[in-house]
Amino acid sequence: MFDSPMQRAARATPPEIARRIRGLSDRTVAWIFVSPTILLLLAVNIFPLIWTINLSFTNFRANRPNRAIEYVGFENYQRILTDGDIWLTMQATAHFLFWTILLQVLIGFTLAWLINRKFKGNDLWTTIIVLPMMLSPAVVGNFWTFLYQPQIGFFNYIVSFFTGVDPASFQMIGDVPLAPWAIVIVDTWMWTPFVMLICLAGLRSIPGYIYEAAEIDRASRWRQFWTITLPMVLPFLMLAVLFRGIENFKMFDLVVQLTGGGPGSTTELTSINLKREAFEKWRTGYASAYAVILFVTIFGLASIYVKALNKVKER
Amino acid sequence: MKTSSCLAAPVLAAVSGLAATAASADDLTLCWAAWDPANALVELSKDFEAQSGHKMSFEFVPWPNFADRMLNELNSGGKLCDLMIGDSQWIGGAAENGNYIKLNDFFDAEGIKMDDFIPATVVGYAEWPKNTPNYWALPAFGDVVGWTYRKDWFSRPELQTEFKKTYGRDLGVPETLDQLMDIAKFFQGREIDGTTVYGAAIYTERGSEGITMGVTNALYNYGFQYGSPANPYELQGFVNSPEAAKGLEFYKALYDCCTPPGSSDWYMSEDIDAYKSGQVALQMNFAFIWPGVNADANVGGDKSGYFPNPAGPGGHFAQLGGQGISVVANSDQKDAALQYIKWFAQPEVQAKWWQLGGYSALKAVVEDPAFATSQPYAQTFLDSMAIVKDFWAEPAYADLMLAMQKRVHDYVVAGQGTAQEALDSLAKDWTAIFEDEGLL
Amino acid sequence: MSNSITEPTPRQKWVAGILVVGYALVTILPLIWILTTGFKTPADAIAYPPKVIFEPSLEGYVNLFTTRTRQTQEFLAAHPPQTWYEEIVRKYDMVIVGPSRYGERFLNSVIIGFGSTFLSVFLGTLAAYAFSRFKVPLKDDLLFFILSTRMMPPIAVAIPIFLMFRSLGLSDTHLGMILLYTAVNISLAVWLLKGFIDEIPREYEEAALIDGYTRFQAFYKVVLPQAATGIASTAIFCLIFAWNEYAFAALLTSGTAQTAPPFIPTIIGVGGQDWPAVAAGATVFLVPVMVFTIILRKHLLRGITFGAVRK
Repeated sequence: MFDSPMQRAARATPPEIARRIRGLSDRTVAWIFVSPTILLLLAVNIFPLIWTINLSFTNFRANRPNRAIEYVGFENYQRILTDGDIWLTMQATAHFLFWTILLQVLIGFTLAWLINRKFKGNDLWTTIIVLPMMLSPAVVGNFWTFLYQPQIGFFNYIVSFFTGVDPASFQMIGDVPLAPWAIVIVDTWMWTPFVMLICLAGLRSIPGYIYEAAEIDRASRWRQFWTITLPMVLPFLMLAVLFRGIENFKMFDLVVQLTGGGPGSTTELTSINLKREAFEKWRTGYASAYAVILFVTIFGLASIYVKALNKVKER
Repeated sequence: MKTSSCLAAPVLAAVSGLAATAASADDLTLCWAAWDPANALVELSKDFEAQSGHKMSFEFVPWPNFADRMLNELNSGGKLCDLMIGDSQWIGGAAENGNYIKLNDFFDAEGIKMDDFIPATVVGYAEWPKNTPNYWALPAFGDVVGWTYRKDWFSRPELQTEFKKTYGRDLGVPETLDQLMDIAKFFQGREIDGTTVYGAAIYTERGSEGITMGVTNALYNYGFQYGSPANPYELQGFVNSPEAAKGLEFYKALYDCCTPPGSSDWYMSEDIDAYKSGQVALQMNFAFIWPGVNADANVGGDKSGYFPNPAGPGGHFAQLGGQGISVVANSDQKDAALQYIKWFAQPEVQAKWWQLGGYSALKAVVEDPAFATSQPYAQTFLDSMAIVKDFWAEPAYADLMLAMQKRVHDYVVAGQGTAQEALDSLAKDWTAIFEDEGLL
Repeated sequence: MSNSITEPTPRQKWVAGILVVGYALVTILPLIWILTTGFKTPADAIAYPPKVIFEPSLEGYVNLFTTRTRQTQEFLAAHPPQTWYEEIVRKYDMVIVGPSRYGERFLNSVIIGFGSTFLSVFLGTLAAYAFSRFKVPLKDDLLFFILSTRMMPPIAVAIPIFLMFRSLGLSDTHLGMILLYTAVNISLAVWLLKGFIDEIPREYEEAALIDGYTRFQAFYKVVLPQAATGIASTAIFCLIFAWNEYAFAALLTSGTAQTAPPFIPTIIGVGGQDWPAVAAGATVFLVPVMVFTIILRKHLLRGITFGAVRK
């Protein structure tokens, strides 16, 4: 590659001189460019977060503006951490997180691996598979309540068609043992393509010559997969797990429309529970403490995970 | 009046809006739930617009979010609504927080008498404190939980014979809750015209108020009471009496034996879908759906009948629904809003309201000799309105509702604990709420 | 090289193709069900058992865009229907009262979706340029801070945002929602765009600076055109989020600024939920995003990996 004369000239002149001639210094320009973003984030993210932390020590209720606000110390935190119901919602969230991520990684990776065989028309089919991801999760959740109706929906009939089970013999969102799986199925349906795309990016980043070298060494297919494909895709997979993990820890829209947390409280994930405390019971102070605990949990887990991810990348 | 095409409507509205501004008229916004009667009210209000020159806008929020959204609007002092057709249980909070304006002086000045309305609707929708002549709303839409049944299935000779053989009585409208359960059991899982049908569609919804609005129809009739007659906030032994627990057990038994699979989170619209698609013989639902059932192509006309909630061992009640219309205190157009209420209270308007599918609460309409036979469900509506009972209308209504939704749903649908435990916990939750409110 | 993994055999391709197509067909079924439900009558939509073959009807679309009410027999007799869509609602003794709210909600989605996308891409490009080219103090910390804002559950920050908007008069306004969605999207925008701008050789701008351009001019005339594809694909990802967002919209908007996602699940017909209209609403709402996705599918990979994947 040859540099253009202009580029050569550019490198010859010390940049500092060039910059100093123009009115604004780079420092000023940098601040002008960065500050709107930082200000917006401070106003819409950090200020509310500080406010939340402050509220979490009070008994404030947003629907009783006339009531005096009292500081109650760590009472809200204590109540949350000793409340058995909240541990149940944490368990529900953990179940949802574990299975959605496991299924999405397995199916997503397999699909990406298959698509990478580059069969004819793989582009078209990839686009089709990606479609569910483009829908609004709330609309998806709402429509699946309809698909899951044992009598008028089509899910039970499809299952019946493939397995021969009587469609009236089970109910996905009404049954305590099945409901946690109902939300896992819909989330997996919607977001597997996301994991698939990331894995595809990973697979495509592996240079072909590595496999060719392995061929020459007469490494078996199986060995090639475990020693080349998987390690090379691992950072991508971990990235996918990070994104899905954060999203599903925050999960609200899809599940609230699908089950509303029911039956009983079997699918009441933490965000749904938090919404009930904050915007139905209006226990603002208590809900703020809850929000802080959730944020610290997500932030803590994500930070540990990101460290692990960086280690894998460095290898 | 001509129905304009839907494309021309916005243009017309814009033009008439301009014209109205010129005549120094006000723009009134009425807030209500998004459902059939609301659309009928839009049509009815065109008459008011023509008479007064005011332009009406409407903000209809679907039932599942109605209370959340509108209570939030009232509490935050929003100016979205001038007129509010708020749910009956909000009246305590709205009156005590000063969200609605008091209508006594206005009623006196305009000669509107509460004696002219069905007594239960006046207590239920207009008064706070209850049973005192302090009015915060005009009864707008009478509603009550009742039952719809498949008359065509009930009248099949082979089913009648079989039912008589099994239960020793005729297959007909049930008079007690136990009879209702027998009928539901009889239809559950039966093959009718090649499909499997089920007993009854009942309320089980968790998110808003669904299961509470359903289960109370059993609780009341088994002897559940909200509080001691001496002190309404003394709950122990009333909310969780052994009779009340039996009522709750009845509702769970009905849910377990006789409802369609998958009906674990059902409220008004899911029950209607189940009934219209021919899945169930019986349907529990508010009366507002009856005009729609009657007009339905599949189950309408002679195929359906209606009956009030059957009696139980402890009494004969039905859950009250329905709303009154109030003027929002924060509105800038209170005079125009009052004008609307004055217009709405007129007997001719109320009569038209009934014709369009709105349940008028005006005695002059419902006591008209022609009323009971004007529609197949009219008599059932009158009978049901005579036995109504309502949920708490306290300012802490939302908290009380949330507690009941959780306790009842956890027991009936998720099968946690016993009925007695559920009601014991409920009494404890409610007591804590009243303590928090400083009432205990 | 018949046995090499770099060039799969025809048989492998066949097997892979069949498996992928099989998955695609299963995964597309619910979407097809949504699409076809939009063309059913309400009665067919809730048919028991479900109908696969049905007579198509435009009722769902008519119901989506209109408000209807029951009328008395005298009124119906006196006003014969004049249009094909009035014919449809007359089947139920109903008349069209006016347009529905769907149009407004869709328009709100367009205003808020595109408004916030524009703002996040605009601010994101400026910030990304600064992070890419200048020595910004605490650069890594700031970048991590920007990323971490994405981890907050919307419900957790919704409480103070709700209170803040209420006191500032931003509740239920387009501006409030645009600012909010911009704040959520900007982390993605900065990270993605920084990756794109890093790849544009610095020499281009520096040459421009020597030619007498100011920093602003160099940025505007040299960097922006080079970053155009990056900006476009960033915009798509911001748009998809803002377009489909539900939690904030449901909690913070009601009448004037409500977007379509909280509205669509609440479309009701006679008594119950109007499934054909809901399906029609979902279909109409999917079209813009789908078109953009198909046009820009080459850039999809980069967007979903938060800029971590480079070409």
